[in-house]
Amino acid sequence: MAERRLFGLGVAALVVAAAFLAIGLKGNIAFVLELRLLKLAALVQVGVAIAVSTVIFQTVTGNRILTPSIMGLDALYLFGQMLLVFLLGGVGYVTLDPQMKFGLEVLLLMGLACALLLPMLRSRLDMGLMLLGGVVLGVLFRSLQSLLARLIDPNEFAVVQSASFANFNAVRTDLLVFAAIVTVAALIIAWRARHVLDVISLGPDAATGLGVGWAGTVTGLLLLVSALVAVSTALVGPVAFFGLLVAALAERIVDSRRHAVLLPAAALIGVVVLVGGQTLFQHALGSATALGVVIEFVGGLVFLLLLVLGSRK
Amino acid sequence: MIRIENVSFKHRATPILTDISLDIPKGGVVALIGPNGAGKSTLLSLVARLQPLQTGSISVDGLPVDTTPGRDLAKVLAILRQDTTIASRLRVRELVGFGRFPHGRGRLTDDDNAIVDGAIAQFDLADLSDRFIETLSGGQRQRALVAMAFAQGTDYLLLDEPLNNLDMYYARALMRSLRSVADVNGKTVVIVLHDINQASAHADRIVAMKGGRIVADGTPAEILTSDVLDAVFGFRMRVETIDGTPFALHQF
Repeated sequence: MAERRLFGLGVAALVVAAAFLAIGLKGNIAFVLELRLLKLAALVQVGVAIAVSTVIFQTVTGNRILTPSIMGLDALYLFGQMLLVFLLGGVGYVTLDPQMKFGLEVLLLMGLACALLLPMLRSRLDMGLMLLGGVVLGVLFRSLQSLLARLIDPNEFAVVQSASFANFNAVRTDLLVFAAIVTVAALIIAWRARHVLDVISLGPDAATGLGVGWAGTVTGLLLLVSALVAVSTALVGPVAFFGLLVAALAERIVDSRRHAVLLPAAALIGVVVLVGGQTLFQHALGSATALGVVIEFVGGLVFLLLLVLGSRK
Repeated sequence: MIRIENVSFKHRATPILTDISLDIPKGGVVALIGPNGAGKSTLLSLVARLQPLQTGSISVDGLPVDTTPGRDLAKVLAILRQDTTIASRLRVRELVGFGRFPHGRGRLTDDDNAIVDGAIAQFDLADLSDRFIETLSGGQRQRALVAMAFAQGTDYLLLDEPLNNLDMYYARALMRSLRSVADVNGKTVVIVLHDINQASAHADRIVAMKGGRIVADGTPAEILTSDVLDAVFGFRMRVETIDGTPFALHQF
């Protein structure tokens, strides 16, 4: 049954992608198609990266209302951006080779995420502490970022600001190929680890008893999550609740926490919501910039709903 | 054989275990008894490498638990902790199937499925096998967890208070199942028990702990005497022998 629903999601994702490419196609068709294909590739990547990273993060933390961004991972990424501008100056920042810069950022984020989150995951802390810790970390990075923003030149601030908001309209197609390599590699690792992820969801003791080394595996998975977060944040900017929305929907739709179906389901739903939403906003509603806002709004509602339902259980 | 040599364990500055040495030969049921805070669970989790060893050494069938790869150890030794909560949305069958993970890394062969079916039948879970874990009662969940540990198919089975939440019927059924896997399949079961009469009725050997030390070690007939139980639990109780098995009347 889960497999049939997965198939349905696959069809939905294809339909949405076709609609995104085909609706309102006129003028120089080859040119428009190329442009749209690039954008589609970016959106698909972002949707899949956020969905998969959220599912993995929730499994590792044993908690279904956490997302990497609630734990401040993308705030950390943006703080890194600001730090770079601060250290190199606006001109230096812009003249950095984007792919090398992106590569460095991915590595930096992976390192920092591990340093910060591992002590919290060493023993599974209870949910309240985790959430609180994450929120505090997020605020810390945002405050550090705004502190730096006050210290730098206003012109340079404008450079950073464009990177600080989710924008599905202006995706960074120059990073696409490099990001795709990171994403595909991460997805392959995630898929191969699907059974290990099932075991990890049983908790540290049961996982150790079944022969899965907890510390090592969790470290690897966190590195994976931070790489995927870096990809999506670099391409479109931070999105807080999108992953939560997608992971919650996926679990409801396939009615299972088995990662062999949950991971693909979440990835497909990510694509459907993101590409479908973008198509809708571009052609039906005219104002495409609002997609980020709407997704965050709906995702935020889902977050509250999960909190309320969870506390009643 | 499980060989525990000079193991001490401290939580910060508080000593939990002090200089424990214990050999558990292969085959049979060994019960660990003792008052709360005696260090029984800690000892079990050290043997199962759930906590890092501080001093001393522990080996299972010659494999040192601190250096042997977890995958290899998981084929020799299975553990069930006393407060296992499953956060994941799983059916009973899926949970028991996890016991086969060390062997197939997640892919269940026909043999694996047969073993899982066997474990489900052994612990009387056939009616529940398609239910979600969170819909089960505490005792039913406990049986599912024991079945999972059993499905792991290891020679050594460590169980930390598996009788928690079980009613009389299933407590007896579980103890008899453990007795039969020890007798028929030659497995070694190390079990933490609070009900010393269950220990007396089903175990070959009883190890009594108190304050992080082993204070008594012997057959049920040697341990279940008023003097030894007084030394372990701190009060005198009557011990009556019925059909050759000593029973402690500790309710009075």
